[in-house]
Amino acid sequence: MPQLTCRNLTLGYEGKTVVSNLSFTVNAGDYLCVVGENGSGKSTLMKALLKLKTPTSGQIQTGGGLTRKEIGYLPQHTAAQKDFPASVREVVRSGCLNRCGLRPFYSKAEKRMAEENMENTGISKLAKRCYRELSGGQQQRALLARALCAAGKIILLDEPVAGLDPAAAAEMYELIAKLNAEAVTVIMISHDIAAAVKYASHILHIGNKSALFFGLTADYLQSEAGRSYGRL
Amino acid sequence: MTELANKLASYFEFPFVRHAMIVGALTALCSSLLGVTLVLKRFSFIGDGLSRVAFGAIAIAAAMNLTNSYLLALPTTVIGAVLLLRSGGGNATIKGDAALAMISVSAMGVGYLVLNVSSTSSNLAGDVCATLFGSVSILTLTVTDVWLCAVLSALVILVFLLFYHKIFAVTFDEDFAAATGTSAKAYNLLLSAVIAAVIVVAMNLVGALLISALVIFPALSAMRVFKSFKAVTVCSACFSVVCASAGILVSILAGTPVGSTVVAANAAGFCAFGAVGFVLRRN
Ligand SMILES: Nc1ncnc2c1ncn2[C@@H]1O[C@H](COP(=O)(O)OP(=O)(O)O)[C@@H](O)[C@H]1O
Ligand SMILES: [Mg+2]
Repeated sequence: MPQLTCRNLTLGYEGKTVVSNLSFTVNAGDYLCVVGENGSGKSTLMKALLKLKTPTSGQIQTGGGLTRKEIGYLPQHTAAQKDFPASVREVVRSGCLNRCGLRPFYSKAEKRMAEENMENTGISKLAKRCYRELSGGQQQRALLARALCAAGKIILLDEPVAGLDPAAAAEMYELIAKLNAEAVTVIMISHDIAAAVKYASHILHIGNKSALFFGLTADYLQSEAGRSYGRL
Repeated sequence: MTELANKLASYFEFPFVRHAMIVGALTALCSSLLGVTLVLKRFSFIGDGLSRVAFGAIAIAAAMNLTNSYLLALPTTVIGAVLLLRSGGGNATIKGDAALAMISVSAMGVGYLVLNVSSTSSNLAGDVCATLFGSVSILTLTVTDVWLCAVLSALVILVFLLFYHKIFAVTFDEDFAAATGTSAKAYNLLLSAVIAAVIVVAMNLVGALLISALVIFPALSAMRVFKSFKAVTVCSACFSVVCASAGILVSILAGTPVGSTVVAANAAGFCAFGAVGFVLRRN
């Protein structure tokens, strides 16, 4: 069942095209890895999928009853300022907000969910610490925990392992794989081609201005794009 | 000491003193609650701009001989707030700060012009000064004024409590909030309407030029010491109420202008919190 369908999608900033003519489909339960060089438009594509950015042309269709309230998102950069007073727990809990509707407070179940996700990402001990005083990797884990709280049917991750130590990165991949096994669709941007090949069911390789490859991971390894990128 | 207490007690016999304290505390509470978000969103300058829009509106209301200047000032300021926060948000043709300066300066200029042309009052300079710096007017509040302020404040506090978590999310990371289904645009709009209401209420206490102090000082002071959003919000609310009450008391006892005394109390509190924060960080 298609959850996201992109047709002839063209994205750009102020007339400058970044990606053009992109078409692909993501089905419920898929694990899609988006790879490509820096500046090839991966983050831009993710923002378009999240409707944070309107496409220059083309369409993005959602299906299977997917609404915004069931989306988890880990941004590559947060706009959060340097001096923002927020504890890790406050940040993680804010991921549960899309389950609240108009209810002004978090329910017990939502609070428990936030604690579990902090446990899973190994930041339970940091719950009361100030978010801005954590290391880059610790902040990344807090944002991942927040994304996990928000993910109902689908999770979009923009370079989730950037800034993590190897052990933490491996744990993160396992966590995401577990989530995917529970029927949550995963769309992940990554430069870690080995992990992409190991975990993903589909690969989208964005080249300079257009897609070089979209399809199953096994096919990607045989393709021209996959072989040249894998060697790098 | 007892003499001072007796003197204060005797002052509290007067209804106008009690009214001033109620309005002062409520205004301080509302402005500090929103101040945290405004400072964190880098929107603190908007309080300043809006107060000038409110000044213009109040001047025009005075020229039109409206009995209650709120009726014109509130809607005008709300519209100003919506326009300013939208242009501050990004994709506008005129940069946010330039648009802000343009709108607020014109509002102020037109307001003064209208007052000047139409005023029948013999003490024009005094009237203008009162609107700018918050005059003794807080000591001459009518019961209607107090009720209006109480109702507006109750609304502001209610909105803040009901949407506290959403306001946090939209302030902390607007993109994430929007992507996961919390309508960032709607909450920005709500925030701007509430901010406008606070500004109009606060005009009574400190006047147009000093409102920024009520918005900025409590939030910045609390951020020196506390590091979670909840603690900062609670602390800045307490800070603001204490400083405003102290300022009003001092101004009554010493006969100083209310607005500037309140601002001085806020500045003193900020220095104290700055020192505490410095010591805490050292240890
Ligand atoms: N806000 C922006 N305004 C203008 N250009 C941008 C903006 N964000 C990204 N770009 C440009 O779009 C291109 C793609 O960026 P991005 O999607 O972040 O790449 P990636 O995530 O693949 O590294 C880059 O050339 C970048 O310069
Ligand atoms: Mg990127």
